[in-house]
Amino acid sequence: MSDRVYLDNSATTPVAPAVLDAMRPYFDSLYGNPSSLHAFGREARRAVEASRATIAEFLGVLPEEIVFTSGATEADNLAILGSAYAPRRSGGHVVSTKIEHHAVLHSVNWLTSHGFDATLLDVDGSGRVEPDQVRAALRKDTFLVSIIAGSNEIGTLEPIAEIGAICRERGVAFHTDAVQAFGKIDLPTPSVDLLSASAHKLHGPKGVGLLVVRKKTRISPTLHGGGHENGRRSGTENVPGIVGFAAATRLAAQERDEVVARMRRFRARMIEGVGSIPGTRLNGHPTDSLPHIANFSFQGIEGESLVMRLDEQGIAASTGSACSSPDLEPSHVLVAIGVPLSMAHGSLRISTGRQTTDADIDRLLDVLPRVVKDLRDLSPFKVGEVTCTPKE
Amino acid sequence: MYTERVIEHFRHPHNMGKLANPSAIGKVGNIVCGDVMWLYIRVEKDSQGRDVIADVSWETFGCTAAIATSSMVSDLAKGKTLLEAIAITNQDVAQELGGLPPVKMHCSALAADALNEAIHNYLSEHGMPIPDALRRRHEKVEKDVAALDKRYKAFLDREQAKGDVAAAGEPSSCN
Repeated sequence: MSDRVYLDNSATTPVAPAVLDAMRPYFDSLYGNPSSLHAFGREARRAVEASRATIAEFLGVLPEEIVFTSGATEADNLAILGSAYAPRRSGGHVVSTKIEHHAVLHSVNWLTSHGFDATLLDVDGSGRVEPDQVRAALRKDTFLVSIIAGSNEIGTLEPIAEIGAICRERGVAFHTDAVQAFGKIDLPTPSVDLLSASAHKLHGPKGVGLLVVRKKTRISPTLHGGGHENGRRSGTENVPGIVGFAAATRLAAQERDEVVARMRRFRARMIEGVGSIPGTRLNGHPTDSLPHIANFSFQGIEGESLVMRLDEQGIAASTGSACSSPDLEPSHVLVAIGVPLSMAHGSLRISTGRQTTDADIDRLLDVLPRVVKDLRDLSPFKVGEVTCTPKE
Repeated sequence: MYTERVIEHFRHPHNMGKLANPSAIGKVGNIVCGDVMWLYIRVEKDSQGRDVIADVSWETFGCTAAIATSSMVSDLAKGKTLLEAIAITNQDVAQELGGLPPVKMHCSALAADALNEAIHNYLSEHGMPIPDALRRRHEKVEKDVAALDKRYKAFLDREQAKGDVAAAGEPSSCN
């Protein structure tokens, strides 16, 4: 179906043609294992190291500070578990927030079930942590602070540079999950010790991510084997994936100003357009946000139904509704920012990509009010100042 | 994840909306947990003098499965005698839809419960005898509601503390 509109770019993005072209030879002609001594291996090694250099330059870090992984979930796990089990460390305390991605949150929770302590900071109504909260939460035995750079659900940006400075001053390692922020906003890498990113959120391939591990940051590997990636992550390098990650990074660097300006304009259009539908709210910060994510709630309807109705109309988006999650709990992020439960059920996340056009946003803003009305007509609740009022 | 039958009922739901002059209403679910179903029935005597569900409709706040099961239970109940309708189970509803994902089975229970509650309310309002099976299911629904209220009390307390009561709604008043 060629007239489908894809507005779920926070879930994943299409691989850009230039990225696919860059990757293609590494499947069937330049297929060597980078660890091999022969010419096939050396070609592959050169490709991996050139890719590492490209991404390092973009991030303003040293090439040897980049550890390629199978994706951002592995990078987050390596940052948190790797810090917890770093040489000469036993036990200790981690600081994070209530709005982290599950790859961070569940890693932190796992640590607390294995003898570590954790503090999960509250956020304000827009999803922001205050740097002072971090300062107050630090203890003598705190070894890691992990805070997302920009929320994958609501887009809100966190004060990463300020938090990084506090951690630096107190000698605590600072990790940020920059999966959604990478390539979209300037990342204050000098104030960060560990940083996770992923290729497929940025028009690169799935199955490749990275963890920046700054010099002097101590981590233990979580995958053991042949000692790849300077002993920090064993396993044969995903050569086509790594080449694709670098190509996607190069593309993002070239296009960023133009693409981000477009995304900001789309976001403003959506906020205005959705705001004109009665009984809606924007979840997250109106301006201090990632450019490509907008999250809304609709009174009186349920998010999974909304996503399915939009899908029928050829529009792909996502929801933090309980009905879309395996545990039937609404999104922990929406609950943490204080969205009333009745509205947390009716959430919709729209996220744009480099391929999104004004026509896509026109289509969304044309279809959405009709679909919302259609579902509200089925619902026993009327939309008003008080959500939970039966119709009469 | 959903069967074609589920998608079909979700796309083109049957018997939706409010019923004019209903004989009884069954209200189940809780907005706090994301599913609320109101089921309206109009009961009339058939030629043999039996109580028959002459018309049925529903209003539902919920996911794809909640809307599809509302539509299906209304199809199953329409034209049935009250005794026949009482015998409709959540398994019947799910089966007629070609099955539901395990995590969504509670939606089919909700649909069958709404029908039960409507019939229970009709019989009690008319001082008619309530079959044991129906009474037991009614008691179970009441227990489920209490359990849900308890499970989500922490959430509600939090919202009350934030002064969001009006926005969140009182769960007991919307059941």
